[in-house]
Amino acid sequence: MYVELRNINKRFDKVVAADQLSFGIERGKLVALLGPSGSGKTTILRMIAGLETPDSGSIIIDGQVVNDIEPSQRGIGFVFQNYALFRYMSVYDNIAFGLKVQKKSREEIRSRVRELLCLTGLEGLENRYPNQLSGGQRQRVAFARALAPRPQLLLLDEPFAAIDAKVRQELRSWLKQMIGQLGITSIFVTHDQDEAVEVADEIILTNAGRMEQKGSPLEIYKNPASSFVARFIGVSSVINDYHSLRGFEQVGNFAQAVVRPEFVEAFKADNSKFHHLLDVSEDAVIEDIAFRGSYLELKLRIGQILLTTNRSLERRPVCKGEHLRVLIYRMYLFDADQALLLENSLLKDRDIMDF
Amino acid sequence: MNARSKKYVRRFLIALSLVFVGLFLVLPLVFVFTEAFSDGISAYLEYISDTYTQRALLLTVEATLIAVVVNTFFGLFAAWVLTRYRFPGQKLLTTMIDIPLSVSPVIAGLIYILCFGRSSPLYGFILRCGTPVVFAVPGIVLCTIFVTFPFISRELIPVLNARGTDEEQAAALLGAGGWTIFRRITLPHIKWPLLYGIILCTARAMGEFGAVSVISGRLRGLTNTLPLHIEILYNEFKYAPAFAVASVLVVMAVVLLLIRCIVEYQGRKKEQ
Ligand SMILES: Nc1ncnc2c1ncn2[C@@H]1O[C@H](COP(=O)(O)OP(=O)(O)OP(=O)(O)O)[C@@H](O)[C@H]1O
Ligand SMILES: [Mg+2]
Repeated sequence: MYVELRNINKRFDKVVAADQLSFGIERGKLVALLGPSGSGKTTILRMIAGLETPDSGSIIIDGQVVNDIEPSQRGIGFVFQNYALFRYMSVYDNIAFGLKVQKKSREEIRSRVRELLCLTGLEGLENRYPNQLSGGQRQRVAFARALAPRPQLLLLDEPFAAIDAKVRQELRSWLKQMIGQLGITSIFVTHDQDEAVEVADEIILTNAGRMEQKGSPLEIYKNPASSFVARFIGVSSVINDYHSLRGFEQVGNFAQAVVRPEFVEAFKADNSKFHHLLDVSEDAVIEDIAFRGSYLELKLRIGQILLTTNRSLERRPVCKGEHLRVLIYRMYLFDADQALLLENSLLKDRDIMDF
Repeated sequence: MNARSKKYVRRFLIALSLVFVGLFLVLPLVFVFTEAFSDGISAYLEYISDTYTQRALLLTVEATLIAVVVNTFFGLFAAWVLTRYRFPGQKLLTTMIDIPLSVSPVIAGLIYILCFGRSSPLYGFILRCGTPVVFAVPGIVLCTIFVTFPFISRELIPVLNARGTDEEQAAALLGAGGWTIFRRITLPHIKWPLLYGIILCTARAMGEFGAVSVISGRLRGLTNTLPLHIEILYNEFKYAPAFAVASVLVVMAVVLLLIRCIVEYQGRKKEQ
């Protein structure tokens, strides 16, 4: 294990931010800390970085207990949630800061900063100040600044939270690719499960200062270890022959797919709202209906495939054995070590009013 | 209210402020100068180049400089400690720093006399150190420091609080030590408020009267500061010399005021 937390406890007055927390992260992995707001994700990251001191327990990085080592001596790259760029320094000086502190030669600094500007696609912006950059650019500066002194471990606190949805998607794949290329062990915090599933090799789910589950995205979907995980992730269906469904084709070696309840739309054949989508829908039989308080949970069978969806109580009643038409908007494909979001190709140019 | 009457209200309020400023500020200032020059320019120059006046000026400048330097350091440390660490007694310390603003300067002077004067248990020790404090220059410097010490930290604390610690933490994680962080990250943030605080502190130190008048003993040429000197001249019915010396103090204050305006303007420009 490259990073290890052993029995970490941390409380702020009455709030327990970490409760007997233990987990390990292998070298070179990209790990997501996923959990609801206030579950202690930021606190965990800050304790690893040394910005917060655990009340008890030990933090081990590369075989060394780092509890008593100053943050500045831990050699960790940290990307803050709001980036915390040095606002009185240019982009160049921001990136060069860590190298200047290390008293590197001027030549070395220049070539390293050039390299990072190139890597992050920020060439030409080196003389700008942080307030003259877009959110995405700021994020990349923060990333470059953290990477400049070649840290062995990179920590990112909600790296995409402050960026609008469109750019976020791009940055996610960019970050995943970049970290893969550098092979640097990374931990990032998020409360968005799509983000965690898409980007991370491994997910650590936290709740109220405890670790609920640790595993690959697929494992977490397949076997939620606790009722909290099941509720947080949603009761998803794992299917094998996803390519037999309309609008989805076999992609690469992806063998399995996960379909979350909200990815599925089920309607009666005479529903005029979905009339124009009738031809791309599948026929399904209701296998089971469960009442979940404010909605119904339907189990639907399409041939060999079993799906789950939620149905609002406002809609027309349905009964067991009834046939419904089913639309699948998208699904996650999985193979041994990665995940991919696949959209229904037949719905691409359709106008979908309701999601 | 319609637009017309709004206009009148506005004009009335502006006129009122102008009359107020004129009556309470400009008029007295004009009197200072007319009185100062009432014996003619050569007499004026003579008054202000008088040996005792020069000594008083020097002493005021000396006390002001020492107080400003000491308070700049103190203010920086206090602001840093109060905004960057959490410790028991923090609230108390914050309140204590403000004491000089709420306590009458005369009381400050008396406190120092009690602490360091003849009746104090420390008196013997002070004598052995070589210089007396009460009725001497060290006492004047101490009092000046006392009455001006909140000015700088009070300018810095809100700014440091508002800026947060993120950038400093980011710098620390990049391997920077405390001094580098202060010089490269914190100082640029607080440069303008710091300068502003220093100017306020200087202005206050120059004009200090109450505390100093208690502790100085008014030994002419030795422990007489400019404001005290003015009062003595005045009490001796030497009006023209008193006002001439006062005009020097006024000019110094106006120069400071100008510097303050420039600093404020620069600071605001940098903010954008
Ligand atoms: N400095 C602090 N002082 C007091 N309480 C704190 C402090 N920092 C965090 N907490 C509390 O500890 C708990 C965990 O906070 P933390 O910031 O780690 O949550 P999080 O999982 O990062 O949440 P979010 O997703 O909203 O960022 C919260 O209840 C929070 O209020
Ligand atoms: Mg957080």
